[in-house]
Formats: sequence, structure tokens, C-alpha cells
Amino acid sequence: MMMIKHLLSIDQLSTDMIDLVLKTTDSFGEVGTRTIKKVPALRGRTVCNLFFEPSTRTRLSFELAAKRLSADVITFTADSKTSVSKGESFKDTALTLQAMGLDAIVVRHTSGGSAKRLSEWVDASVLNAGDGSNEHPTQALLDLYTIKQRFGRIEGLHIGIVGDVSHSRVARSNIKAMTKMGAHVTVIGPPTLLPVTVGSWGVDVSTDLDAVLPKLDIVYLLRVQKERQVDQFFPSLREYSMFWGLDNRRVGLMKPEALIMHPGPINRGVEIAGDLPEMERFIVADQVTNGIAVRAALMYLMLGGSQEPPPTEKV
Amino acid sequence: MAEILFKGGRLIDPASGVDTTSDVLVSGGRVIEVGSNLSSNGAETIDISGAVICPGFIDLHVHLREPGREDEETVATGSAAAARGGFTAVGAMPNTDPVCDNAAVADKVAAAARLAGMCEVIPAGALTKGLEGKYITPVGEMVTCSAGVRMFTDDGKGVQDSRILRRAMEYIKGFDAICAEHCDDAALSEGGQMHEGYYSDMLGLKGMPAAAEDIALARDLVLARLTGVRYHALHVSTKGSVELIRQAKAQGVRVTAEVTPHHLILTDSELQSFDPVNKVNPPLRSSSDVEACRVGLADGTLDAIATDHAPHSREEKESEFELAPPGMVGLETALALMITEIVDPGILTLAELVRRLTSVPAGILRLAGQGGPVAEGGVANLTVFDPAAEWLIDPETFVSKSRNTPFKGRTVRGRVLHTVFGGNLVVRNGEISPDYHAALSVGTSLGAQQ
Repeated sequence: MMMIKHLLSIDQLSTDMIDLVLKTTDSFGEVGTRTIKKVPALRGRTVCNLFFEPSTRTRLSFELAAKRLSADVITFTADSKTSVSKGESFKDTALTLQAMGLDAIVVRHTSGGSAKRLSEWVDASVLNAGDGSNEHPTQALLDLYTIKQRFGRIEGLHIGIVGDVSHSRVARSNIKAMTKMGAHVTVIGPPTLLPVTVGSWGVDVSTDLDAVLPKLDIVYLLRVQKERQVDQFFPSLREYSMFWGLDNRRVGLMKPEALIMHPGPINRGVEIAGDLPEMERFIVADQVTNGIAVRAALMYLMLGGSQEPPPTEKV
Repeated sequence: MAEILFKGGRLIDPASGVDTTSDVLVSGGRVIEVGSNLSSNGAETIDISGAVICPGFIDLHVHLREPGREDEETVATGSAAAARGGFTAVGAMPNTDPVCDNAAVADKVAAAARLAGMCEVIPAGALTKGLEGKYITPVGEMVTCSAGVRMFTDDGKGVQDSRILRRAMEYIKGFDAICAEHCDDAALSEGGQMHEGYYSDMLGLKGMPAAAEDIALARDLVLARLTGVRYHALHVSTKGSVELIRQAKAQGVRVTAEVTPHHLILTDSELQSFDPVNKVNPPLRSSSDVEACRVGLADGTLDAIATDHAPHSREEKESEFELAPPGMVGLETALALMITEIVDPGILTLAELVRRLTSVPAGILRLAGQGGPVAEGGVANLTVFDPAAEWLIDPETFVSKSRNTPFKGRTVRGRVLHTVFGGNLVVRNGEISPDYHAALSVGTSLGAQQ
């Protein structure tokens, strides 16, 4: 199967491609359990992490993924306004990177569409690590992998995405990916944080978490930034957690086998009650672990590693 | 000055209601004779059979960037772009640096335009000092200065404070000038990157709701009625605005309105490319807004076509979407886009399009010597265009300093052949006459003095 050159949006991926990514991830998941967690698939290739927005977990996850493939990794972090304040355009930055002969650029940016624009200017493969409120496709793929790992399937599951859908790239990518793979998605949150036209995205829409919770196989909580309250999207953090936060009472409304996911970092006391204990069904750690394997699988497939046999060889 | 006989063209002269084959003889800066089978009497004869000859076009709304951003455009290069688009008069918006909020800046701009000599430039004055929305500007000084300011606006943003706007309207009315507004409720559209709707939701870009324009316009129309000022709505882009203007006109409010080619042609679906060339303010709207603007243009609710020519440097438009400034160039493509997208589908006749580009805007600005009639003794401001000529829009061929058009690569119909400004053939066969190349290479008269 032809793999895409750039990963900018879930829109680019067919269900067959997603299946291939998930299948390849299995192999890399195994690599992560070895003592020597490294395969030579991308030896001699260079991956640049280009982060115009603060991020720890995503940057580290991509860095580890590239290193497990034996790629050389360089990291460039900057404020999103740095190049502009220097009088250099984003395109100039891109052409500078182009001149360095990179094989892949992992880009995170505060401005939507930046990954797409970058891909138009460089020869390297561009992986979108989150662009504004637009998309975060690798997060969606690692979430699909995590769901499949637990349930053995994605199709037919009922997934509730709870919280600030409007400002969430995780929600946009996940809604596309989950519905594409046959899941039933309901978005739930305060009406001010649900996009006006979200009903046309092939999802159900609700503002009543208690009513939806008993039907869900997965409760996917989005991070709710505290500044949304300052911008009056909801009256107070207390009111938000009263209606849309997950607490002990609401966990009791869930199906016994239902799982809780979160893209991190968690805002304790907002989307999740501060006193909610650790529990088996809260599978954030799986998401983080799988993130490395999914990103390794993607880089392996996109950078021509698919021409070589799967990663059984040891360094 | 040139002596030229334009022979065999279709004369469309909305001011006199003429639409017939006619020769036009120009000499000494004036139209000498209009009629059939004129003899040249030694004047250069240009055969324009199959082409249209009409008054020079007037664009109520351009940004010439001088003073302040001469890297993006100057009065001279903007005048050249205007001439190449068939325009013989443009209204220059005041959001320069320094802002055109006093007679000194207005006079400088007008003087630079006279020096370039390719197009009449009528500076618009700021409604409030520094475009800050707080203090009204010396309207009288600007109206009576040699630049002859006749329109006042804070274009780029709207005046948010209703009390200040009311005062400005009352004061402006005393000088019989026009109050023009970029209708925008800033609190509603704050941080907006594009039109709020299906595509902004999809792309995760912050939206500017149509309501922000509608609310500001509705308030303005109420105040226009209260004060009796002549009010002009800049770049109308929403269905709601068209309806509000229709109602206000029916009720006798003194309101005129303009619409841009891009708001008549493009929708917010263009933003899927994330290319900031499609970023503009007001933003490209939904298809129902575009349709309403077309209907409003056809029924006369929207009076004039204006380009909102907004040059931006390459590097600024090659930055990330949220950091890129809004705006598109429009002077060199307006006629062809309007013929291709508005006349060809039958929304306006060609003669009506010419009217909306000539006598209508001339009437709004009350310009003498512009917009026709094309009659003996009149100032020779004329445009000759081939309505059938096909060409490919290639921004690299623009004489404007900037290239930021979303219409790059389109094949369009309708090409300006010749532009006569004050009796001089500024554009010949679609190109700036060599006589003006020196003015263009000097670039900026103001910049040169700094």
C-alpha cells in the first residue's frame, strides 16, 4: 500500500492505511518492551522536532520514537512569534530547514494550518504534531490503537468526547478518526464550547453528560484550559466540574467495562475531580506508552522503512 | 499632451445614457469630439473596433500604503496598478503610518499622486485621531485642504464608541462629507481569522461572525438616520448587511454601499488551503452571503464596486495563518473578474457594470471630471477595454508592488487596453506607457524626501 508522504490531517488516511499503521504499531510496541529498545530502520536519517508551542510529552514521545528507529534527532523550540519578530517569514524558516537536508520534520505550532504550509515548502516528510485548534493526527492514531488494544475493535463502540471541543485539535482529529473507523461518537460539553456546526460532523451532540454516560464504552475527556473561564465560555470552574467534570458519582454511572481516556496534561479539579482515585479503567498511561510506538510506526512507514522488513533485527 | 482619436469602439457612457458605436477624439487633456466617422486631423488614430470605450473607472476603496509601508506599495505604484486596471480615480484609505488624520498627510498623498500623474488619488481622512476611536479629526481642515478630502473612515476597524461616532457624523455632516465605516463589532470578532461558520469550525480557526458586521451596520444606520449624514458602508459582505441597507434605503436613509469582487466571488471554503492569501477583513463569507451580495448588487442595494486593494509584502503573507495580515490586491484584476463572474452569468449587463464602476462612484464622491459624461469639453479620463479578451492572472506581471491575489492562475475575460488620465495615455495596449517608467522606478516621492 502507498503510504502518504506527509501526515497533516486524518482526512488523508483511508481505513486501510489506518489499519496498516495500527498493525505496524504492534511490532514497535514489542520493541518498547525489549532491554535494548532500538532497531536500525532509520539509521542515518535525520528527524527534526520543530516546536513553536511549548510541549513536553508530545515532543519527548516523537523524540523517543525516532531514536528507537535509530534516526538522528534534532530539536528546535521557539516561540511562535520568534521568526516573525526577527523579520523572517515562516517560509524562510522552512527553506532554512530544507537546506539542512532533513528527512522528516515533526512540527507543533500555535497557528492552524502551519504543518500544511510547511509541507508545501520542504522536501522532508512533515508530521503534524498539533497545529492550533486544527488537528493532532498522531494523538488520534495512538488513541485508536489504545482503544483497539483494550476492546479488540473500534467499530460499533460508543465514544463520548467531553469538554472543550471548539478549541481542541485532539477532538477534531479524533472525531474524524473514530467515525472513519466506525465508532459512534457523541460530543458533550457546555454549548459555548461545542462548535456551532458540530452536528454536521457525523456525531451526536449533547450538553447532558449524566444522560449520555451510561451508554458510553469510552469517556474521552478533553483538557479544559482555565483561561476559557476568563473568556466567559462558562461561568466558573466549579460550575464546569458540576456539569461536565468526571467525579466519583459519575464514574458510578458508567458501564462497568467502560474506560476513561485523556490526551493530557490533565487539569485536576476541572475535567477530573481532584479526589478521583487512580483506577484500572483510567488508561492514560497506555495512551502515553502507545504514543511512542504509533509514532515510530508512522515514521517507519512514511520514511520508506516499509521497503524493508519489519523491525525484528536487533542493533 | 497626446492627441488621440479612438476609432470604432463601443462608447458606454452611463452619465449620458449613451451606448453606441462612436469615435472619441482627445486633445489637450480634453475630449474634443464624440461622434461617427471623425477625422484625425493629425491625431494618432487607435483602432478600437470590438472594444468598449467608457469613462475611467473609480475605485472608492484602496490602500496605497504610503506613507509608512512603501515596501508594499507607493502612491506611484498604486496609481500605476490603478491605471492598468482602467481606473482614473481612487480613494486612498487613511490607515497609513502616520495615519491620514490631518491635512498635512492628505496633502502629501495627493501631491505624490499628482507627481506620479497616472491616476487621481482622493485621500480619505480618518474619522478619529490615529484610528483610535477616541477623538474626532480636523474634518474641516481636511475637507478644505488641496487634497479635497470628502470621505472619513477608520477603515480597518469600525468606530466602537457610539457616542464618538454620533459626534463624528454630526460634525462631518456640517461639511457635507461622507462618513464611511468598516462595520465590525470588535468584541464579537476579536481574534477572528476567518468567517465563523462550517469551515471555521472544521479548521479550528477562530471565526468572525456575520453578526459582528450586521450589528455594527445596524447601529450605524440608526445613527445615520439620527444625524442625517451621508453614510457609506464599506466592503459589505454579509446577507444581513445587504438586507439592512435595502431596508434603510427604502426608509430614505442617506446610505450608499460598496462591494468587492472577492466578496462576490469567493467563499470561506477557500480557507481550507490555510494560505493567508485568502485572509481578508471582512473575511470571505459563506455561499449564502455571496449570493445575497450578488442579488444586492443586481438590484442596486449595493451601489458601487470597490476593490479594497490591500497590498502586503511577500514575507508577511508567507507567515503562519494567524500571524499574516488580512488583505488582497485587486486593482489589476477587478474588471476581468467582474466580467467573468458577474457579467457573463447575467447578474449585471456590461453597461450596468460600467455604470457601477464610473458614474455611480463618481456620484458618491461628487467628483468633477470623473465618471463621465464623455462629451465635448470634458476632462479626458477614459478607459478602453476588450470585454472578450482572455488572459491568465499571473501576479508576477502586476505593476503593483505586491502579489497577494487569491485569483492567481485563473483564466478570465476582459482586458484593459488603454487608460487615458487627464488626456495622457497612461496605459497603452495593456501596459504602462514608457513615459511613466521613471516615476515608477523612483518609487516613492515621500520616501525619497525622508
